This record gives sequence, structure tokens and C-alpha cells, in this order.
Amino acid sequence: MDYGTAGTALATGLLFGFVLEQAGFGSPCKLTAQFRLTDWSVFKVMFTAIIVAAIGILLLQVDNTFGSQGFYVAEMFLWGTVLGGVLIGAGFAIGGYCPGTSVVGLGSGRIDGLVFMLGMVIGIWAFAGVYDSSLIQSVLTSAQAPARTVPELLGVSPWLVVVAMILLAIGGFFAGRALERRSHGVYSAEDITEGRDPGESDELGRDLGREASASRQNETT
Amino acid sequence: MSCQVRPLWPPFVAGIVLGLVLLLTFVLVGNGMGASGAFARVATEVGLQAAPDAIRENAYLGGMAQGNPLAAWVVLAVVGTLIGAILASVASGRFRVKVDRGSGRIGVGTRLALALGGGLLAGFGSRLAAGCTSGVGLSNTAMLGVAGFVFLVAFFAVGLLVSLFMRRVW
Repeated sequence: MDYGTAGTALATGLLFGFVLEQAGFGSPCKLTAQFRLTDWSVFKVMFTAIIVAAIGILLLQVDNTFGSQGFYVAEMFLWGTVLGGVLIGAGFAIGGYCPGTSVVGLGSGRIDGLVFMLGMVIGIWAFAGVYDSSLIQSVLTSAQAPARTVPELLGVSPWLVVVAMILLAIGGFFAGRALERRSHGVYSAEDITEGRDPGESDELGRDLGREASASRQNETT
Repeated sequence: MSCQVRPLWPPFVAGIVLGLVLLLTFVLVGNGMGASGAFARVATEVGLQAAPDAIRENAYLGGMAQGNPLAAWVVLAVVGTLIGAILASVASGRFRVKVDRGSGRIGVGTRLALALGGGLLAGFGSRLAAGCTSGVGLSNTAMLGVAGFVFLVAFFAVGLLVSLFMRRVW
């Protein structure tokens, strides 16, 4: 690997980790609050990022700028993808992280992030141990999707898929806002740093109001 | 602690910047961001130290032991992710060395056991899906990939379900 390639890996990784920490995604409390439906930051950040990147990629692909028509998109084997999503979703709810955010958790000082990473290495050894079994082999190689992308699979314009994602995101943002207001609220920077429930900072009249109004402001713009 | 804790970025700001970082990664490298692939590489390297013959003979890790350029790329990207998270948390006064037990209803041992178990499931699952929330959920979906959408539905559905049994923890 040459220095240029190494540089892009370090630089893009650094930006990735920086943004995730600024979103509060080093905190297993805040991350898992998405699944308790009390803090919708994960949904908002992920869907906004996906839509921004998808629109950028589609615009670049019009003239194949930066060779964008050749950007990598993996093929799908249905059962591997579903079971992988199932195990990573369960691991997230139980352990408080996904692989990338456990690194962000460690970067913000959390020992449990490091232990999650250790668990992943053990999980990969376990996978390697049963990789040859007929069950794992059939999961990994059966039910291959006939196309790599949704627009190809459905025979529709990619822009139609993006519009559908935007509508889904808007629906999610409104549902999320309603549920955030009904619960004790989103985790602020102080909550995740000091290990408090958002309800407690509410009583102290701290960060919660500011964050809620900030997110309201964002939603109206 | 008296040092000032700066507020988090609003979700839409973080989302837009994250989307631009992802776009930049595609432009510079031709593929999206990843994380779990780095741990497959680490599992291989650590295994080669502990039990070299077993790893080389293993059908899955043996191939990786011969070296794969993309695997090396994602290891450095994860090192970058760690550095980026340290910079952000230190700069914003959020860096604390601790075991994060949420609001503190469980002990340190329980929390670490859950983190280890959750990591184990995620590590195994990431090899079934050939990626994780970053590589499949974020990057593949940004390419409008079928795998990304399928992954996200399974991920969120099971996360919601298992979370019902974890309420005492957080």
C-alpha cells in the first residue's frame, strides 16, 4: 500500500470518527436510545447522511466524474445479509455499539468500547471455526439478488428511489420528534459525558431545552 | 469536572457532514467507509501469532493471512476513526476514561459482559453480511444497494425487539 492510499484511509477514517463523536455516537446510551425510541439521533444522522451521499453520487454519475459509475456496490446474498443484520442489531441492543461506534466509544475514553471490540474479534474467530459447515456455506451463497441496486432490481429511476427515501426520512423525522417529546428527551452532551438520564438534566434546567429547540430549528429549515 | 462540555452537533448538521465524508471516501477510494473488515484483519493477525498453523489452514482466515490490500486500507481507516473520535471528544471536553454503565443501574462486570457478548454477536454477524452498519448500512445504501436496505430493515427490527429486554440496563 503506497503512502497516498494510506493517507486517504487515515484521513477519511479520521473525519468519520470526528463526525460520529460530535453526533454523540460514542455513547452507548444515546445509540441504544434509538431502539427505545426516546432519542432519534441515529435515524436522523444515518438517513441524512445516506440521502446526501446518494444524491452526490448520482450527480457525479451523470458524467462519470471521478469514475463514479464504477463505485463499488456489493452484491447481495439475502440470508447472509438478513442474518448479519439480525446479529448486529441484537449485538447493538445488548452491547450498546455497532463495530464502527465501538471504536468511537473507545476514542472518547470508554473501556466498554474496547471490550466490545475484543468481543468482535472472538466472534470472527467463532465464524472462522464454522465457516466450512454446510449451513454457513448455504447462508453465504444462496438467494443471490438478481441485481446489485434497488433501481436495477425494480427497473425504476434511481431518483425515484431517492425521493422515496426522502419521504421515508421525513415521516421518520416527524414520528421521531413526536416520540422524543413524549419521552424524557434526547441525550445532551452533558448527559452522555456525566452518565445521566436526560430526565435529570431536565430538572436542572440544563442542556435539554437548548438541544430540543436546536433540533426543532433544524427540522423547520 | 469543571472543564466545559460543548454541545453535540445537531443531528442534521452531523448527518450532512457525515454524508459529505462518505461521498469524499467514494471519490478518493472508489468504495465506502467500513469498520468490521478491520476486525477480521486483526483476528487474523492475532491468530497468526497465537496459532499460525490453525489460521493458515482455516478456509476463512487463511485467505486473509495472505494479505488483501482492501483489508489493510480498512485497518488504517479504523485507526483514523479512533484518532478522529479522540480529537473530537478531547476538543469538546467529552473525553472521560470510564466504563459507560448508562445511568448506573448495572455493575461494571455486568456492563463489560454485555459489551463482550454484544461484540461477539456483531463480529459473527458482520462476517455473514460481509460488512456492518458502516460498510453495508451506510455505504451500500448510499449506492442504493439492495443489501444496504435489507440490512437496515433487519438491523432496526431486531434492535427494537431485543431492546425491549434490555430496559433495565440503560
